[in-house]
Amino acid sequence: MLDMNRFEPITAEHSDAPIGAENILDVRDLNVAFRTAGGTVHAVRDVSFSVRRGETLALVGETSSGKSVTCLGLLGLTPPAPYCTISGSARLAARDGQTYELVGSPERVMRRVRGGVASVIFQEPMTSLNPVHTVGAQICESLRIHLGMSGRAATDRAAELLNQVGISDPKRRLTNYPHELSGGMRQRVMIAMAIACEPSLLIADEPTTALDVTIQAQILELLQKLQSETRMAMIFITHNLGTVAEIADRVMVMYAGRIVEQADVVTLFTEPRHPYSRGLINSVPRLHSNRARKTPLFAIPGNVPDPAAHPPGCTFGPRCRHFEPGRCDAAVPNLDNAKPGHLVRCVRWPEIEGAA
Amino acid sequence: MLQKNLTPPLLQVEGLRKWYPLGGGWFGKPAQNVKAVDGVSFEIRRGEVLSLVGESGSGKSTIGRAILNLDPPTAGQVHFDGEPLVGLSRRQMRPLRRAMQMVFQDPYSSLNPKHTVEELLSAPLEIHMPELTVQERRDRIDAVLKTVGLNPAHRSRYPHEFSGGQRQRIGIARALMTEPQLLVADEPVSSLDVSVQAQVINLLLELKQRLGLTMLFISHDLAVVGHISDRIAVMYLGRLVEIGDAESLLNNPRHPYTRALMAAVPNIDPRQRRPRELLKGDIPSPLSPPSGCAFRTRCPHAQSACASGVPELRFVERSHATACIRDDI
Repeated sequence: MLDMNRFEPITAEHSDAPIGAENILDVRDLNVAFRTAGGTVHAVRDVSFSVRRGETLALVGETSSGKSVTCLGLLGLTPPAPYCTISGSARLAARDGQTYELVGSPERVMRRVRGGVASVIFQEPMTSLNPVHTVGAQICESLRIHLGMSGRAATDRAAELLNQVGISDPKRRLTNYPHELSGGMRQRVMIAMAIACEPSLLIADEPTTALDVTIQAQILELLQKLQSETRMAMIFITHNLGTVAEIADRVMVMYAGRIVEQADVVTLFTEPRHPYSRGLINSVPRLHSNRARKTPLFAIPGNVPDPAAHPPGCTFGPRCRHFEPGRCDAAVPNLDNAKPGHLVRCVRWPEIEGAA
Repeated sequence: MLQKNLTPPLLQVEGLRKWYPLGGGWFGKPAQNVKAVDGVSFEIRRGEVLSLVGESGSGKSTIGRAILNLDPPTAGQVHFDGEPLVGLSRRQMRPLRRAMQMVFQDPYSSLNPKHTVEELLSAPLEIHMPELTVQERRDRIDAVLKTVGLNPAHRSRYPHEFSGGQRQRIGIARALMTEPQLLVADEPVSSLDVSVQAQVINLLLELKQRLGLTMLFISHDLAVVGHISDRIAVMYLGRLVEIGDAESLLNNPRHPYTRALMAAVPNIDPRQRRPRELLKGDIPSPLSPPSGCAFRTRCPHAQSACASGVPELRFVERSHATACIRDDI
């Protein structure tokens, strides 16, 4: 159930409130750039956001929007300098009250953070599990390294974790190899590994995209159950707006490396301000709309711009039906406050209110 | 209505089976069979879009391939425009292939990266219409590229120079080159971004109307299917569990599996969050499907009677059939 009381006005974007009280993660002006043969690609630009304890922030965007790179950058999983440069700041609070700065920290610190304070689950559970080790060995590894558990204790805890993620007969499953499990089961194992050390932040990068719809619903249910049990913060990366509507508390829409809109989930779906967010929401096929059946779907024309050659001004300009020459292509629009907690990066948002 | 019944269906599938043998020696019987498709019958009328829906392992893609004789069926018959296809040799199939084309799921692996768009699109013409002159071929490529919304000036580009959505347009263009009557589209939009997905669905709808295409649309996404189909067939473990007019099936789903699939489609309105109705467990292994109704192990309405005998499709409305023995749910 959606608890509306959780949506207090969100002022974190422009505040300097101390981390730890409410915010688990506080990201300021994050920039990630890759050096490629074709020049520098700015994959993420000026991204600032925060996530609170027990909150789910959905990061929505299409291919090359920078949503995955944002999170890889936070965890130090991008290639080393000079191939990739990260700037800005990202402070993460652990459960014991300690705060870690994620940008520019030495590998020694990041190793403590990854899996211990912040963990991540990826889209494809087959490629993110090691095929030559048993499921048990892979879960225990993290328990031994981060929590210093001994073999027997780690095995017992691993069985408990499998039970917690809804795998029956956990003792026997620990001896299975990843190929012996179904896709949904593998994703459950990944989740068990991710929550093994009770992280304060879980990053889920398209965790249900590769799964069948019925299994997808099971995994979403599981993530929500775990989150309410452990009060961990979650960043849920997806391109599926249906999933966002089901799971998120707040939503951040990214386009071509920048945040274009940020709001609580009800506001975003009922009063989207940015033409791109509106387009995305309108282009989702709906199940129960008989009148709309067999009429063309709303489609955003064109394609996502080449990350190495962004158009001037608003990067969405060339695909936008509200594009106004001279204004939209003059400069990158600011992230305006449409109302408290609702940020929009569009120069024309007050004028195009109400338009589809 | 009478008119419709008089014209024979473009595609007729009867008792289609595709079993893959597993184990066993070089001689003699295989130890086991994976019954990927086990007795499926349906027909598609001219100008109609029939969608096959199901999860992975349900056999929906196998049907697509079996119909085109890419994977010859183990048993059953397929009639295309009145002509039986099963048992035809590759050579005998060739003239028919012109009329039935396929669009694949992954526009990255289904286009040869070493060929330009022009080469990709002229290959079907060289095989099926060798009588065309070079100029005629070029004109046709230009026309089809325009039809699918690509710039004919990009004919000498390679697939890697296009985005995912544009590549899928190339895939569709290749299928259209020979002016087919039947298009088998196997998950054509599931690897595309949302905004681009809508573009491709609209393109397919437009092509259906403009060119009178008949389509078998294979997908796991009921929301997409509801948008594009005239009729929908739902598959589970190699069998049809429900088939009917899109309207009737979506408004009044009769099989518990269809209901579960519909319940699993996320609701786009965050104000209407409700507890999820979850199916337990995974789709069973096709190696050892449950006895009786294959869905009974996950079905919330299963009774002891469901274990005895595979339920047959029976009509619940004039054009809506379901394979569930219970009428009371």
